[in-house]
Amino acid sequence: MAAQLVVRDLSKTYTAGDKELLAVSNINLEIAPREFVSIIGSNGSGKTTLLKTVAGILTPTSGEARVEGTISYMPQDHALLPWRTVEENLYLPSDIRNVPRANVKKRIVDLLTEFGLEQFAHLYPASLSGGMRQKVALLRTVLQDPALLLLDEPFASLDALTRLEAQEWLLALLQKMHASVLLITHDIREAIFLSDTIYALTSRPGTIKEKFAVPLPKPRTRDHLRTPEALELEKKLLSLLVHTP
Amino acid sequence: MKNFRKLSSLFLLAAFFTAWELYCRLGGIPKTVLPAPSDIVQALISHWNLLLIHTIQTVEEALIGLFLAVLLGVGVAILLFLFPRIRAAVYPLLVLSQTIPIIALAPLLLIWFGFDLFPKVIVVVLYCFFPIAIAVTDAVSAADQNAVDLLASMRASKWQILRYVRLPFALPAFFSGLRISATYAITGAIVGEYVGAYRGLGVFMQTSANSHATVLVFAALVVVAVISMALLILVSILEKVYTPWKQAHE
Repeated sequence: MAAQLVVRDLSKTYTAGDKELLAVSNINLEIAPREFVSIIGSNGSGKTTLLKTVAGILTPTSGEARVEGTISYMPQDHALLPWRTVEENLYLPSDIRNVPRANVKKRIVDLLTEFGLEQFAHLYPASLSGGMRQKVALLRTVLQDPALLLLDEPFASLDALTRLEAQEWLLALLQKMHASVLLITHDIREAIFLSDTIYALTSRPGTIKEKFAVPLPKPRTRDHLRTPEALELEKKLLSLLVHTP
Repeated sequence: MKNFRKLSSLFLLAAFFTAWELYCRLGGIPKTVLPAPSDIVQALISHWNLLLIHTIQTVEEALIGLFLAVLLGVGVAILLFLFPRIRAAVYPLLVLSQTIPIIALAPLLLIWFGFDLFPKVIVVVLYCFFPIAIAVTDAVSAADQNAVDLLASMRASKWQILRYVRLPFALPAFFSGLRISATYAITGAIVGEYVGAYRGLGVFMQTSANSHATVLVFAALVVVAVISMALLILVSILEKVYTPWKQAHE
């Protein structure tokens, strides 16, 4: 099967005045259909730049990112529109494509009900909890019927417990669709729990240091994180990404 | 606490008017110099129909002018956003234009456009346009970059990004600008009328002052204060209606 995403020799340089900053350098990666890929790296490793380039928001300085099918992008910090209610935020993708709201109404109502958000449909994002906002933003991302989901640290702003819940929630959501995922995170366990493949990114400029296949079966439970294979992978990633003096 | 503050400012106002009244009555101040509050109220009652005619004229000028200023201010803000090169050239000029005293332009407008409604409306627009244009221009380009990126990833056009993200984002700033403009609107109309008009509170104040009917000048001032306040309240109501998400989490 053709790859959902192919990134070839991609580099991105920012220019501000006469200063240049090489944010990501020479990235090569591939995502197969239905594959869940995580890119893990510390802050400033160019993860977001890479994702924005794949999303078509930024143009690469050299190389290319070729996407098969449609993408949907979830920016850091949910980016729900504060003047739209939960339900209206979910209408945004169809509004942009000039699809009449009547055509998507049933689907939105069903999704809200299914994920237990129906009583929040008419609230503004400001009156939701952080976890709730991320969930709504994920639903909005899914509603674009993407072949590839691009998620930029979707759970970074959540507390540790809510984050675990949100991860399960994401997996449940993905069960219902045939999408590939490119997830950006700096949480090693999150990457192991969710992914089929993990790319470790080094800092400034961001380059891919190593690629790991996650040796765990699917569907996964938290128990899988305590298997020797998972612990071994966690150790490797830790030693690769965290420099202790 | 909020009620207490409201009450205390009412009390202060009452104390002020009482002191004023006593000063005039006990001090034997001539009415042509400083009329007592009770005289002003009497004048308001006895001249209400005359005042009404002039008030309607002034309010008409102010509202038309304010409305045009909103269209022009928002229109200019959108244009400056859509064409960044024009923005770079025009924005400094826009700020510079505010150094011209509008009151000095009013006689020129009289020469060019005569005694009718039109030149007064222009004065109001000149007063009101700037706060709206600047507020919206600044806010439109300060919108949440994450949301702009999100729409860009949805392949939204520049116009759609403006419509779905930047303009709603600018709405609270627009209302702040509008509130400032609303306070200028009545003043603007009166400045326009001062220079020359057939009707309006500006003319009324001027003719009253010329004939030493000081109490009528004060009566007109009361009317100006009341309609300015009414305009501000109207803006607040519109703001509440059109930015419901701002109210939601307060």
